[in-house]
Amino acid sequence: MLVVTVTPTYTGCPATAVINLDIETKLRSNGIENLRLEQRISPAWTTAWLSQEGREKLRKYGIAPPVEGTSKTGRISRLSSNEALVVACPRCGSDKTEKVSQFGSTPCKAAYRCRSCLEPFDYFKCH
Amino acid sequence: MTEPGDKIANDVFFDWLLRRGDTALVLGHRVSEWCGHSPVLEEDIALANIALDLIGQARLWLSLAGEVEGKGRGENELAYLRDAWDFRNLLLAEQPNGDFGQTMMRQFLIDAYQSQLLKALATSADNRVAEIAVKAGKEVDYHLDRSADLVIRLGDGTSESRQRMQAALESLWPYSGEMFKGDAVDQAVVAAKIAPSPEGLRTEWLSTVDAVFTEATLSKPETDFAHTGGLTGRHTEHLGHILADMQFLQRAYPGATW
Repeated sequence: MLVVTVTPTYTGCPATAVINLDIETKLRSNGIENLRLEQRISPAWTTAWLSQEGREKLRKYGIAPPVEGTSKTGRISRLSSNEALVVACPRCGSDKTEKVSQFGSTPCKAAYRCRSCLEPFDYFKCH
Repeated sequence: MTEPGDKIANDVFFDWLLRRGDTALVLGHRVSEWCGHSPVLEEDIALANIALDLIGQARLWLSLAGEVEGKGRGENELAYLRDAWDFRNLLLAEQPNGDFGQTMMRQFLIDAYQSQLLKALATSADNRVAEIAVKAGKEVDYHLDRSADLVIRLGDGTSESRQRMQAALESLWPYSGEMFKGDAVDQAVVAAKIAPSPEGLRTEWLSTVDAVFTEATLSKPETDFAHTGGLTGRHTEHLGHILADMQFLQRAYPGATW
């Protein structure tokens, strides 16, 4: 029996069920019938696990990949400023971007806008 | 992980886990009530995301509570098939949303506390508790970031927004004391090295909220009076209404799934 361990990005992520289904479908289509999926929360998922290839895929899709080292525990933005965080626009590459909201279309992303090409985009937060 | 402490009775540990799970569940439900009603689209999305995180955390805590209880109840039975007196959430979590500012103030007071508590629980002698705390702590840090930011922006905003934030702080402050009042359940989890004492979390919490209130130009109320009872099942009138909404489907159509 093949046991696949899946770690959720966020505890309430509704995509978890879809991800599990994708994994199972892919494995079955490759002839692996005897399998079981297990959810595990420890070690906690982190964006540090994203491969370079994964980051590039995110960027190509229009989601700015996480700027590592920017998730400081206990940080309060106004008090210990994270102004230094520069997120490049995934469309035009400009560094002239600004945060619109800490939470974007899903909990794992923040909403940003590019001041050069004026397009809104999602930023995958460091986690 | 810390070395194991004294042995703890299952029913006491269960009660403590319900406090964690019910606070996340009830607050998550409250925050979800904003869905489709927030002042601007970005805030609507952010609140829905935070509600999702909190309900996700509630699922982990309540699943573990059911496991510890050992009577075959899982997260669903605990969330949908208990009445108000069996809920162990903080009274602060069930307080009405009020205006947007009041919701942000409630969120900030709880986020600052949760952030401290989860950090301490990350080294719990119970590995299952530590795992949930590490996972949830990362999410709560982002919640705190945002709620602190909004308390500052609205407090140090227009005279109207400042007055509303000050009113929110004054009405919610007496509910914040419950977070730091330990009882026999807390003594047992402290002895078992599962959790820190609630009283010990207050100093650091105060330093966080003081710093934010100063920047927000808000005055912290002088009173130390604290409403209590939520953690032992004596709730304000608001919880019953939340449960009527949240549990309706399972009560009307027992066992319904889709």
